[in-house]
Amino acid sequence: MASLRDVKTKIGAVKKTKQITKAMNMVASAKLRNAQSRIERFKPYAQKFFEMLGDLAAGADESVHPLLAKREEKTTVGIVIVTSDRGLCGSFNANLIKAALKLAREKKAEGLGVKFYCVGKKGRDAVRKAEHEIVVQYRDVMNSFDFTLASKLGGELINSFLDGTLDEVVLVYGEFISMARQVPVSQTVLPISGTPGESKSSGKEYVYEPSVEGLLAELLPRFVKVQVYRGMLDTSASEHAARMSAMDNATRACDDMIGSLTLLFNKTRQAAITRDLMDIVGGAEALKG
Amino acid sequence: MSKKLLLEIVTPDRKVLSQDVDYVGAPGALGEFGVLPNHIPFLSALGIGNLYYKDDGKTHYVFVSGGFAEVSPEKVTVLAEAAEKAADIDLERARKAQDRAQQRLQRAQEKIDHARAQAALRRSIARLSCRNSGEKAGTC
Repeated sequence: MASLRDVKTKIGAVKKTKQITKAMNMVASAKLRNAQSRIERFKPYAQKFFEMLGDLAAGADESVHPLLAKREEKTTVGIVIVTSDRGLCGSFNANLIKAALKLAREKKAEGLGVKFYCVGKKGRDAVRKAEHEIVVQYRDVMNSFDFTLASKLGGELINSFLDGTLDEVVLVYGEFISMARQVPVSQTVLPISGTPGESKSSGKEYVYEPSVEGLLAELLPRFVKVQVYRGMLDTSASEHAARMSAMDNATRACDDMIGSLTLLFNKTRQAAITRDLMDIVGGAEALKG
Repeated sequence: MSKKLLLEIVTPDRKVLSQDVDYVGAPGALGEFGVLPNHIPFLSALGIGNLYYKDDGKTHYVFVSGGFAEVSPEKVTVLAEAAEKAADIDLERARKAQDRAQQRLQRAQEKIDHARAQAALRRSIARLSCRNSGEKAGTC
């Protein structure tokens, strides 16, 4: 049976853990607000962008731009995995990694080469452990990234796609659905499929400058970057939401544990007192005798 | 003529501007174009450069790079990868970027590096000139 002192130390330790998890919860909630407001600020841009592209691409088919062309003969697939840099956020990263590695296995089973582009440390570590080829990795960026990073990564993907190093690019990220729900999503970014965005036939006859094709050539690469950026924003919000709920659970578990340990502490103390009393009473009886 | 034009400038990171103005001049990919209210619908790619708008007789300048402008009779929407009002431009940073780009231009061996440095140089020069024009017009 645990001694009184052991139980006491343990209660102290759990209390300290609880303080930490509580603090992490609060930090995560502040960061989540931040991440959400970034998504909000990005929305007007994305919306307008899709509208514009939808209008333009309505009449376009695969032959208009090389980024739209699907390839019959595929040899290499690029997988972009966006995860967080830090752990302690429940199964969030594990789910993303599982999705990405499963995808990689499927592609390999089809006889295709797989190359990884990693954003975030956790994903990088897991991919390296699984011994896949990593072309580019960005670490410690999830705290402070902006469009420049998405633009850089997007540019790299586009270049590799155009020079034939990659024949398909899939983006794996954690979509932020709500505080309680974040799901891994894999989305094919290249070749750009279908007409992105809804074409609102607003009936407006636009004058285009330069030409429709010229504009598409400018817009399509940017579309890839916009998608990458959205993936990063979503993952970042999801990470913080996941961490919040994980830390909330941990804090509650600490409370439960403190409760049961206190009970054990009291029981142990009571037992010790009873034992001491028995000794004294026993001694007194013996003296009387 | 009291009719005004709504000018909106958005970047992925934020909404830079949303304001009623009298006139917008923008650096189109094929040369500068001006927009007054009731312009025909028009869609253009933008180069790196200065966009300006007139409001209450004053001219304001905004630096834009890598963007598109959509013009409709009562509204101009600019989507840019980067956009800064003249007053918000960090002169120090722009100057440093200019120096860096120039150095890189001299060293750059590969074609890609060269193109990149050139673009960076063009951006920094445009930023500086935007700030200058803004100061001359007394709007920053």
